[in-house]
Amino acid sequence: MSYLLNSSEILQTIEMIDQQHLDVRTVTMGINLLDCADTGMEACCKKVYDKICRSAENLVESCCTIEREFGIPIVNKRVSVTPISLVAASCLEDDYTPLAHTLDKAAAAVGINFIGGFSALAHKGFTKSDLRLINSIPRALTETGIVCSSVNVASTKAGINMDAVALMGKIIRETADIDPMGCAKLVVFANAVEDNPFMAGAFHGVGEPECVINVGVSGPGVVAHALKACKGESFDVVAETVKRTAFKITRMGQLVGQEASKRLGVPFGVVDLSLAPTPAIGDSVAEILEIMGLEKCGIHGTTAALALLNDAVKKGGVMASGHVGGLSGAFIPVSEDAGMISAVEGGTLCLDKLEAMTCVCSVGLDMIAVPGDTSADTISAIIADEAAIGVVNNKTTAVRLIPATGKKVGERIDFGGLLGSAPVMPIHEGSAAEFIARGGRIPAPLHSLRN
Amino acid sequence: MKAIVSVFAKDTKGITAYVTALLAEKEINILDISQTLMQEYFAMIMLVDLADCTVAFDVLASHLKEKGAERALDIHIQRQDIFEVMHRV
Repeated sequence: MSYLLNSSEILQTIEMIDQQHLDVRTVTMGINLLDCADTGMEACCKKVYDKICRSAENLVESCCTIEREFGIPIVNKRVSVTPISLVAASCLEDDYTPLAHTLDKAAAAVGINFIGGFSALAHKGFTKSDLRLINSIPRALTETGIVCSSVNVASTKAGINMDAVALMGKIIRETADIDPMGCAKLVVFANAVEDNPFMAGAFHGVGEPECVINVGVSGPGVVAHALKACKGESFDVVAETVKRTAFKITRMGQLVGQEASKRLGVPFGVVDLSLAPTPAIGDSVAEILEIMGLEKCGIHGTTAALALLNDAVKKGGVMASGHVGGLSGAFIPVSEDAGMISAVEGGTLCLDKLEAMTCVCSVGLDMIAVPGDTSADTISAIIADEAAIGVVNNKTTAVRLIPATGKKVGERIDFGGLLGSAPVMPIHEGSAAEFIARGGRIPAPLHSLRN
Repeated sequence: MKAIVSVFAKDTKGITAYVTALLAEKEINILDISQTLMQEYFAMIMLVDLADCTVAFDVLASHLKEKGAERALDIHIQRQDIFEVMHRV
């Protein structure tokens, strides 16, 4: 072909897009809303609506043009905003639900798929505003369509705010009682990052610029395809193959991010090097682990396989992008991954194994349905375990649990679209009520004292 | 702007003539061309220059797709950058 390209490389790219589900998962515009503060809720809502509509006016259109010119699908166009607990702190009202409605309306007006940032950062303690926001979550998420919420309850520097952990168990329970779908849009974090483009946990951190474009790439199908050609090879070859593939995927994300940034006149932030699965067959992280030689995801060996995958994706991607950020690692959302669903239904993948897997990959217990009658204390205890992993290992962990109201172990709950459907998983019997009721803060680990 | 036009189809007579005529009609210059047969499938890849192209990229892409479909050809056009960044450090 030209002086640079040969036809097999061109065919490889086209095949990745057409047959291996290669896509840019999201172009997310982060928008600072700190200047929208007002003592009146109505005035605050108006400022928020206007600013989002003004900033993201051309986001969807620009992304669609990029899609067409490069022939690469951009699955989602999203907006993340400053945590609403900060924006609304000077409002005199207790209920922040009107702000969630405003975010929903603004998102619909600019035509995006999701908006994130109905969030609070409460890892060391609650402000009045954090509490007002958290208490508004059940209504906010069940009365709106595409608003996503997150609460940071722990950090390596601050330890685990067990009062927040206890409260979030109740909030998740309460949300599920109204509509379990609301819980699919709610993430509880430890060590939340400020530039994550992925939902439901995206928010625009206070250290970020006025407006920024972050890109999340995907591509489990491409990695799976490349690994199929390495049958019987050593792990050195497997790691090298994943690195090379991740490099290509990330370069594409970097190009799309730069192009979007140029078109919108907004600075480019980071590429999030994540392997984000979708419910489509052949777009599964579990399948990659199985191709490595595991009969089924969840059996012994799964954690090691995932550790290799997660590390190699980062190593390949880092070289391909100017700035890497966000969550960057393999995602293991159960409901969004056909291979994970099949492993749960086949009995090989349980909650305990998933928890172990979260020690070596990005995020945490994601999109997991638990029995409808799971108590708030148990949910809090699951959050505490996951937060401990994040805090001690100096990494981001998250919990997105869905108590499947009215359903028992073995039944399925359906969310539709990218969120997929989840089999209800068994949890351990026994009460952690006394443990959760203690409240207070689990101190930061010794290695947080690094200065 | 430079772009890559790729054509996939079952091998029949006149594919190259048909596609190049479509491009000439829109004042598109072909810089390089290669074609291969993979089993009974025909794959043609062209590097083209859109500097004098008479229509917008979007319009061209859907025009090629439509015209291709009439002859059972799968025609894509994509900016060259995407291939370059993926395969070159």
